[in-house]
Amino acid sequence: METKAVRFGEKLVTTKEFLAEGHNFCTGCGEALAIRLAMKALGENVIMAMATGCDEVCTTPLPYTSWRVPWMHTLFENAASEISGVEAGLKILAKKGRMPDRDIKCVAMAGDGGTSDIGIQALSGAFERGHDFIYICLDNEAYMNTGIQRSSATPYGASTTTAPAGKFSIGQITRKKNMVAIAAAHDIPYVATACPSYRFDLMKKVRKGAELKGPAYVHILSPCPTGWRYSSNLTIEIGQLAVQTGIFPLYEIEGGRYRLNADPPKLKPVEEYLKLQGRYRHLTGEEIESIQEMVNEDYGKLKEKVAAFPM
Amino acid sequence: MADKLSWKDMEVGNIVKEAGNASFRKTGDWRTERPILDKEKCIKCALCWIYCPDAAIKPSEDGYYEADLYYCKGCGICARICPAEAITTIEEEEK
Amino acid sequence: MSRRVALEASHAAAEAAKMADVDVISAYPITPQTHIPERLAEMVADGELSAAYIPVESEHSAMSACLGAAAVGARTFTATAGQGLELMHEVVYIASSMRYPVVMTVCNRALSAPLSVWGDHSDAMAVRDTGWIQVFCQNNQEAFDLTLWAFRVGEDPNVLLPVMVHLDGFTLSHVTEPVILPEQSEVDRFLPRFQYPFALNPDKPMTHGAFGPPEIYSETKLAQEVAFRNSKEVVLQGWKEFGDIFGRYYHPVEEYKTENAETLLLTMGSFTETAKIVIDAKRDKGEAIGLISLRLWRPFPFEEFRRTVKGAKILIVFDRCISFGMGGPVFSEVRSALYDEEPRPKVVGIIGGLGGRDMSEEDFEYVIDRGKEIAEKGPEKMLETVGIRG
Repeated sequence: METKAVRFGEKLVTTKEFLAEGHNFCTGCGEALAIRLAMKALGENVIMAMATGCDEVCTTPLPYTSWRVPWMHTLFENAASEISGVEAGLKILAKKGRMPDRDIKCVAMAGDGGTSDIGIQALSGAFERGHDFIYICLDNEAYMNTGIQRSSATPYGASTTTAPAGKFSIGQITRKKNMVAIAAAHDIPYVATACPSYRFDLMKKVRKGAELKGPAYVHILSPCPTGWRYSSNLTIEIGQLAVQTGIFPLYEIEGGRYRLNADPPKLKPVEEYLKLQGRYRHLTGEEIESIQEMVNEDYGKLKEKVAAFPM
Repeated sequence: MADKLSWKDMEVGNIVKEAGNASFRKTGDWRTERPILDKEKCIKCALCWIYCPDAAIKPSEDGYYEADLYYCKGCGICARICPAEAITTIEEEEK
Repeated sequence: MSRRVALEASHAAAEAAKMADVDVISAYPITPQTHIPERLAEMVADGELSAAYIPVESEHSAMSACLGAAAVGARTFTATAGQGLELMHEVVYIASSMRYPVVMTVCNRALSAPLSVWGDHSDAMAVRDTGWIQVFCQNNQEAFDLTLWAFRVGEDPNVLLPVMVHLDGFTLSHVTEPVILPEQSEVDRFLPRFQYPFALNPDKPMTHGAFGPPEIYSETKLAQEVAFRNSKEVVLQGWKEFGDIFGRYYHPVEEYKTENAETLLLTMGSFTETAKIVIDAKRDKGEAIGLISLRLWRPFPFEEFRRTVKGAKILIVFDRCISFGMGGPVFSEVRSALYDEEPRPKVVGIIGGLGGRDMSEEDFEYVIDRGKEIAEKGPEKMLETVGIRG
């Protein structure tokens, strides 16, 4: 008899795989895992609009598809405007009685490039118009699919091919664009960060974002063995360290109020996270120190917001 | 197989009508290492199942979870995160 | 009872979208198209039209949202002009290659730089290759009629292609003319409900927009071109049905006083009506001259066009666009279309009417006279133009 669900304490997780096995994601890909988990939370009553990127290229080489849900892709920067059309189309067709109102969840997915760089305009527009959709950003911190070029989500000090570490450069000289704050600034009902290493937290947030009416934004850190240059078996560990060092805190902003999902009494030193990844290999002790200060600063600011606007 | 199709075989708008039809692809060929499960140590916690990026670990009989070698890419995540250290990896043999 | 009302071409196009009971409108305002999204917004706000109006934040998003809406089976409409059409350029290709039947009005506007909000055909010419069915309107009645017809053809299950209806910025979009509006019941007879056969639906999950590795891309493009060329059948069928119900019949190539014409003038869009006045005057004086206009621009009406110019000695093509380094785009295409014909007229090209520069009757007289001169003596200048100082 085929197992329908796997039990984790009180939780039941479906064994259905909406992202079919045999996809083309790299060995040990954190994004693949993030999508797999998110799809389990979303279920099959969805329509997905995906931007060009690892997620799209690894899953849909003509004439094949890894998707077991209705799915569309057009371009790199328009997942949010595409899903706006889907959402408006579904609503009006139901209103005009041309199709039953099945409350199909509208889901947009894009990488960090398709979200915080080329896709930010479409996303901002979709947020402002208040469409009922969930936007999931799969953040592997660079344009990984085209060969590890920098994005505005690449963290300070990371080496990428278009902002490489060199004699006169530390690599990325800017700090990671705070897409979560940008999303929250649109006053949308729900904004959250997630990491596949924290599987139930991720699934809960995706389900919550999908179920809430209006725009929701879930920013998922997606560790990338290929681009971050680490051994493929460390994906879960690296995601955990990202959270435990305060580099990628897990939190939610609901109606402008903050909840920090994990607040360790003492954050691990960032070095534990950085030293596992080849993209940071060039950093000197001093540079790691300054990164530690930046992380302390950012984490401190987040704690202030949590204190000022608690849920 | 794609290179056997003529232009007449193209679907309107190049739509793929069969959901998940890419699942015939044997990504198990990618492997350089394969996971081995020690059932004596296994506590059936299913962490390996849920953390596999390829959904290659499947519930097997008696509540265990085992890698489907057709798909398993040998990333080693399961071996690394197993709390009971029940999974080890060995090198794939040269064929 | 159909009624005769005074409407700008913009409002005529909006009226057509309304009578077509469009489902989703996703548009961004840009001169000289603004009256279209404004009128449609009014209609939705007042409940005259039941549609989802998406006030997108750019033209790129306008077309992107249209694709999303079409993908779930909604009848979609948008409008743009000039720079807006350019901003959505990559999405325009997607609409046709993914076979989404979006209908779009383009209020033809000059392309920057320098910035010009005024009319010419450079925006239309920049999208020649995009795989959309394209028609040009000469007047406001056509703006209404061809928009309605566009839904019928684009959504036909044997076509499933997007359709662009070009109408001249300002000279049509902002000019009021009498337009006959049909009865809703007639429209409903002409235009069936949109039933997109591949609508995204959880009951039957499909993938739209898989990528094309080299092993397959070429085949997809050939398939697209074959389908595009074959759409001509439905284009003509649609016009026949339109004529049978509404009494106005349209053709791929419009002929005006072409019987036994030795000289033919080819114009596109609204300036055709000005040129016709000149043709009338010359015919009255006994000159064997006529006018043709390409109503159907894409797929190019090779058959009808070659048939129409048979017997003419001179064909003068008036372009409202410079294809830089090459010359008049319509001129180039028309010449190429006639290359294998034996006999064929001498084809000459003259460019004018750029960026809102008007063409008077005198200007068209010059075009005809100068065109005949060039045909006889050969071209003298790098570029033959009308109404450009110096």
